Amino acid sequence: MSLPALTSRQAEAAHPRGLRAARMRARRVPRGLPFIVPYLPFLIAFGIAPMLYALDLAFTNANGGVTGFRNFTRTFTDYRFVPAFNHILLYTGVWLGTLIVFVVGLALLLHGRANRTSSAFRFLFYMPGALAGAASVLVWLFMLDPAVSPGSFLLRHVLGAQLFVQSIAPGNLPFVFAMIAFWTGAGGWIVVMYGALNTIPHELEEAARIDGAGPFTIALRLKLPLIRKWVAYMAILSFATGTQLFIEPQLVNEASLGMVPDTWSSNQLAYQLAFRYGDFNGAAAIAADLLVIGLLAAVLIVTRTGLFGRED
Amino acid sequence: MRIAARGLRLVILAAFAVFFAVPVLWLILAPTKADGALVTSSPLSFGSFHQIALAWDHLDAFSDHIYRAWIGNSLLYALSATAIVLATAIPAGYGLALGKFPGRRVVLTLTLVVMIMPAAALVLPIFLELNSLHLIGSVLSVILPFSFFPFGVYLAYIYYATAVPRDLLDAARVDGAGEWLTFRHIALPLAKPIIALVFFFSFVADWNNFFLPFAVLADSSQYPIQVGLSDLLSSTPSFNPAQGGGGQQVNIFRPELALATLIAVIPVAIVFLLSQRALVRGMLGGAVKQ
Repeated sequence: MSLPALTSRQAEAAHPRGLRAARMRARRVPRGLPFIVPYLPFLIAFGIAPMLYALDLAFTNANGGVTGFRNFTRTFTDYRFVPAFNHILLYTGVWLGTLIVFVVGLALLLHGRANRTSSAFRFLFYMPGALAGAASVLVWLFMLDPAVSPGSFLLRHVLGAQLFVQSIAPGNLPFVFAMIAFWTGAGGWIVVMYGALNTIPHELEEAARIDGAGPFTIALRLKLPLIRKWVAYMAILSFATGTQLFIEPQLVNEASLGMVPDTWSSNQLAYQLAFRYGDFNGAAAIAADLLVIGLLAAVLIVTRTGLFGRED
Repeated sequence: MRIAARGLRLVILAAFAVFFAVPVLWLILAPTKADGALVTSSPLSFGSFHQIALAWDHLDAFSDHIYRAWIGNSLLYALSATAIVLATAIPAGYGLALGKFPGRRVVLTLTLVVMIMPAAALVLPIFLELNSLHLIGSVLSVILPFSFFPFGVYLAYIYYATAVPRDLLDAARVDGAGEWLTFRHIALPLAKPIIALVFFFSFVADWNNFFLPFAVLADSSQYPIQVGLSDLLSSTPSFNPAQGGGGQQVNIFRPELALATLIAVIPVAIVFLLSQRALVRGMLGGAVKQ
């Protein structure tokens, strides 16, 4: 490509247009860069900078002096810290377990025979996803109130709750929140798993059937291993999301006359430290704990599952 | 044996269908009944249309039409943020997919990591940052963070990297079209499906976001509907007997609360109805070849 034997003037004389074009290109900005310029300020201001600033706060005190890990040890010994982390870990564990078992199970059941009933079921499972956030919590506050719930016989006889406050007794809460999260989120994941199952070549299934495998064997031995990375993706993502729990306990706190503390989850504790006590450094330390969990999960998904290609 | 297996499959599916559908059905029917009737009548019975109108009058009268303001705020925040997302994310995805510049991989990896991280993990850090800039309480403290939507960049990136033939764009360049013209006249029209997808996901994410506006807004007249619902919840005696007197005055009981919830999810429900297919494509698009 290069023309070492010629001076630039000679080269220009030989290939006048080519070289000028090449020079023009070299002087221009790198290809594609201008297109990401409008996006960069947002990535920096609301992606990178908040993380760095939170870390900065977490390792300093109110006067800006460096304190090492003191904010972390201080918040860790707060009497509300360990209970809050226990709550979210129990909640996340229950939610993750039900999510993996039932999402994979239902997707496999639906995929057993692809037909119109299957798509109707998928739609029914998926629809509650529209009621995310505060709306889903409100719906379930009604569902857990034995006075009005269509499932009041279940509340009364299985849960033994005659009153709303008994339904949301502290021991029930991790399970109640897991159920709400499952109700809103499972359908979307079922649709995704079903989509992943559809990418399995028919010949593969056909071959297994000819070899005498029944639908049960095909589901567990053939299909399940082939969607393994999607299950891993769902599990890691849900784990990270689960630890961030905020809105559910926040609304239940408002509906429970303070019976459920407003520091039930870790994010709530961080929020209260910032808002009620003005302890931004302590809040930042807890936010940093949660941030590390989220970051680890994200890095794990990006680098290990191979689901998100970064090469073109 | 086979018939038994098939029957079992249907029973399991039907049981879950009940679990998923009945709460939605209850929510749709609740505003048709008065609060007392909700307790006494069968949970899934229909009351009357007149009751819906009554419930709406009570809801609308609450705190000087604040419910309308909440819906309006949600529309304002979600639509303006989504407009900014479209204007920044589509070109960014294009640039990342077809560009060659130093730092491209870093930007891409950072985008991916922030996209997969739960959004809630960034709320308190964003709050702390905005607080130090004295932006708390401003409408911009909701719209600007909402305008950062790395998933949209990723969707556009995957689309341009896999679905748009590079030769087509190169041909346009050889014909003398500059970088901008190539994008404007070739790449952008090709991205129509992805623009719709990014619109859906960004709008839904913004509409349903509770934590960020809850943390950064102070005045209830600025609340989006999600935070407004929690405000409504704390002023009803249905779950807060302590609010008894206040509840009588504001006339917010279970039917009003159910109606408020129902109206709040209509925009997202419409988007959901339209986007079940889009969801699969969006989630699977990058990783699995159809």
